[in-house]
Amino acid sequence: MRLTQGQFSFLPDLTDGEITKQVQYALDQGWAVAVEFTNDPHPRNSYWTMWGNPMFDLRDAKGVMMEIDACRAAHPDQYVKVLAFDSSHGFETVRMSYLINRPAEEPGFELLRAEGPGRRIGYTVRSYAAGRPPGERYGRETRHGT
Amino acid sequence: MSETADLLDPEASDRTSDRQLIDLDALYRESGIGGMLAGMDRELVGLVPVKTRIREIAALLLVERARRSIGLRAEPPSLHMCFTGNPGTGKTTVARRMAGLLHGLGYIRRDHVVSVTRDDLVGQYIGHTAPKTKEVLKRAMGGVLFIDEAYYLYRPENERDYGQEAIEILLQVMEDNRDDLVVILAGYRDRMEVFFRSNPGMASRIAHHVDFPDYEADELLEIARLLAAGMQYRLAPEAERAMADYILRRMVQPRFANARSIRNALDRARLRQANRLFEARSSAIGATDLLTIAEEDIRRSRVFTQ
Ligand SMILES: Nc1ncnc2c1ncn2[C@@H]1O[C@H](COP(=O)(O)OP(=O)(O)OP(=O)(O)O)[C@@H](O)[C@H]1O
Ligand SMILES: [Mg+2]
Repeated sequence: MRLTQGQFSFLPDLTDGEITKQVQYALDQGWAVAVEFTNDPHPRNSYWTMWGNPMFDLRDAKGVMMEIDACRAAHPDQYVKVLAFDSSHGFETVRMSYLINRPAEEPGFELLRAEGPGRRIGYTVRSYAAGRPPGERYGRETRHGT
Repeated sequence: MSETADLLDPEASDRTSDRQLIDLDALYRESGIGGMLAGMDRELVGLVPVKTRIREIAALLLVERARRSIGLRAEPPSLHMCFTGNPGTGKTTVARRMAGLLHGLGYIRRDHVVSVTRDDLVGQYIGHTAPKTKEVLKRAMGGVLFIDEAYYLYRPENERDYGQEAIEILLQVMEDNRDDLVVILAGYRDRMEVFFRSNPGMASRIAHHVDFPDYEADELLEIARLLAAGMQYRLAPEAERAMADYILRRMVQPRFANARSIRNALDRARLRQANRLFEARSSAIGATDLLTIAEEDIRRSRVFTQ
């Protein structure tokens, strides 16, 4: 199951050329660009691990691409995303967020139904990958947070 | 593509050589490089070998662009440079202009210079240097990285010096990221030579060694005029003669630093001018008084009493 999260998620995966253009756009707006990765693809997982610090003093996308390449090389079998943070008054929030790497195999999600009193149904979504310990979720992936 | 192959085929060359006319002059005008070169001529006195080299590089890049426009192979040339020369000969000033020029010629993507010295690149403890150097490189990407007094990167007397680590990273990037970054090293000639002798990898990656000559006395006077005008001052005719005398005396004194000595002399002349005006504050003064550096503002210098 192909994970769709953030911008461009219904397009084919972005090429490096396209990522460069998106990053350049964000830098040109004066936004800080950050790279984050995780092995827990749950849509409510907001605790992705930061790859280095957000980059707010770069002029050219190449500097960010170097970090993106390094992160993908270190975590080829994890999800990696790019964020662009707008610190200007009134926004102070993430303006862009998109996936730039995904594991070769994405096992997908299990939908659990729990029947409660009055036949009320509670739903839980659980990723199959997260059922296994970090380091064993996507084959050769490296440990979360390292 | 077949047309390009034709160009290189001696049999076919008669047919094709003149079919595509390339307007080099139009490329030149489009690039806006003429204005920049003229500005450089106007605002930088002397420096003939430096300006010549910059013109040659500009020509190379324009021809490169013309070649690419008809599908000929156009390997982007390596433009890492080394500026050597005595103190105050304009190395930093020219490096700052290089970014604008190379950007105008389409060689670098951005018109920025990141200017660093050893302390910005080399860390204090193990594991500190690589991230520091990479941080600087990331910031410089797309533009010019200017490393002033580059020889301080290499400290042979300390065998556990982290400078070597920064040099290794730089060497890698200078090779792999030629399209992304131009590195300019600067420093004094003799020390730079020692640096290159112990770092042949660095020497071999630098295509352009540009030597900044010391200025002649008349050039220094012209620089004085330019600097004064830049600060919205004017040298009175007698003050200009005093400045010419000053220059001749100052040039043979120790710690003479070419144009920088002139800038410092002007700063002190401004100080004396301000004092002179202030002493005489009981009478009103006009714009001319505020603008003008008088002869005595220069003649009072210590250089004339020693
Ligand atoms: N050719 C020139 N025309 C006009 N001004 C100049 C020229 N060369 C240098 N200057 C002025 O002289 C001062 C010193 O120049 P600069 O800092 O570029 O020298 P430098 O070679 O980098 O010296 P150092 O080796 O000591 O760092 C600057 O203020 C600059 O504006
Ligand atoms: Mg300098």
